[in-house]
Amino acid sequence: MFIRNLGALSLIGLRGTGRMGLFLAKTFFFAVTPPLKFSQLLKQIRFIGFQSALVIFLTGAFTGMVLGLQGFYTLNRFGSAALLGPMVALSLIKELGPVLTALMVTGRAGSAMTAEIGIMRITEQIEAIELMGLSPFRYLVVPKFLAGILALPLLTAIFNVVGIFGGYVIGVKLLGIGEGTYFGEMANYIRMQDITQGIYKSLSFGVLITWVCCYKGYHAGFGAEGVSKATTQAVVLSSVMILFWDYILTSALF
Amino acid sequence: MENLYKSFDHLEVLKGVSLQVGRGEILALIGGSGHGKTVILKHVAGLMSPDRGRVTIDGKDVYSLRGNELEELRGHLGFLFQSGALFSSLTVFDNVAFPLREKTRLSEQEIKEKVLAVLEQVGLRGAEDKYPAQISGGMIKRTALARALMRNPEIMLFDEPTTGLDPVIAHTILDLIQWIHKERKFTGLIVSHELSRVFQIVQKVAMLHEGVILFVGTPEEIMASRDPVVRQFITEALRLPPSAMKNFYQDERLHQKG
Repeated sequence: MFIRNLGALSLIGLRGTGRMGLFLAKTFFFAVTPPLKFSQLLKQIRFIGFQSALVIFLTGAFTGMVLGLQGFYTLNRFGSAALLGPMVALSLIKELGPVLTALMVTGRAGSAMTAEIGIMRITEQIEAIELMGLSPFRYLVVPKFLAGILALPLLTAIFNVVGIFGGYVIGVKLLGIGEGTYFGEMANYIRMQDITQGIYKSLSFGVLITWVCCYKGYHAGFGAEGVSKATTQAVVLSSVMILFWDYILTSALF
Repeated sequence: MENLYKSFDHLEVLKGVSLQVGRGEILALIGGSGHGKTVILKHVAGLMSPDRGRVTIDGKDVYSLRGNELEELRGHLGFLFQSGALFSSLTVFDNVAFPLREKTRLSEQEIKEKVLAVLEQVGLRGAEDKYPAQISGGMIKRTALARALMRNPEIMLFDEPTTGLDPVIAHTILDLIQWIHKERKFTGLIVSHELSRVFQIVQKVAMLHEGVILFVGTPEEIMASRDPVVRQFITEALRLPPSAMKNFYQDERLHQKG
């Protein structure tokens, strides 16, 4: 009985993974074949990118400030407080910037994507698009997918810059590290490679968030309960996959 | 449609459904809730694929069509969804204009003229700038009907076009369907519980019961049916004593002609 249940669960898992893989393949296909729904793309860039900027700004500022405070007290114990600048910047650029930006975008925009597509599914709007001989992927999924890929690195850049200034306010203005030391050491220690690795991470998170959130909405169950379940699953799965994928990328890239 | 079988999670909904609708005819699909009427409509539209069996339109098997062929078939098909399925982010005008903007090369001026003409036909002039959330259930159905008609479909599928509407609005929608059928001569399949009015619109009636077609015939024939399940359904749906079935239908038809 146990083995039977285990087999059934494995099959469900495999089927789900296969369906998600096919969903991503279809999204890639429609993303690279014209026509591109440009007005929809702009709308999504505005929604995922511009409208997330404030929350990213705030999260970045407080993360940088906390890093400045914690980093100062820790480094001070080893007599290395002068290295606060590189510590804050490296933590943000390589790790916290891409990951926290992705988690915030998942909570703010990813959940909304799932709910929007899920409501369209249960109110038969997706079927109406299909019946007009149009592809719901081209109209609903691809603009979100491309907007996610474009917006995530830019939002991550905002997060990093604001975070570095948050660390600066705490380290330089509050705790008295020299301004030249903070930025000078940063310039000495940070390589271009660190920045590009952060960009790769945020690009892949853009793919991951839009893929998982659109998939969950597209396959939402019945009624309001189906949409609410899909939204919860999308946020949880995206968040876990972001952290998992972050580990894989970190171990592969660094 | 031949020998259609469909199951959902081991629940067999369709158990060998076969039906035929002639060109220019409207067939009413009746039966209790949850017996698979909408599932049949979605099979005809190619939105669901059967476990077994096939649906052919003009000799073409719907499920063997791919890409452009399927797109072409859908270009001849209109579907009025139970919920209306209007795009909530678009106005009434933009909802109706959507198929023309996406599937034709008409200029914006031509689209405007066509959309306003259809909105006039369905009695929605003046509501074109409203969003679906700002209009009534009857207006949603009429907008959805206008959108479905925009590309002059040869086949129209109506999934409970009157559900959730008060009797006056429900009859208005059915009158509209009848009038448009006279004008455009489409082939139709209608699922509705408004039997008294629907029987005056359609040429054929099919009753679905527990996944099989229990009866196919003209409205007169179904009213005269001696099958106990058919009789029970019809009398309950029309709220009539069984003895009054035949007379009721004739009275209604005479009233309609008068």
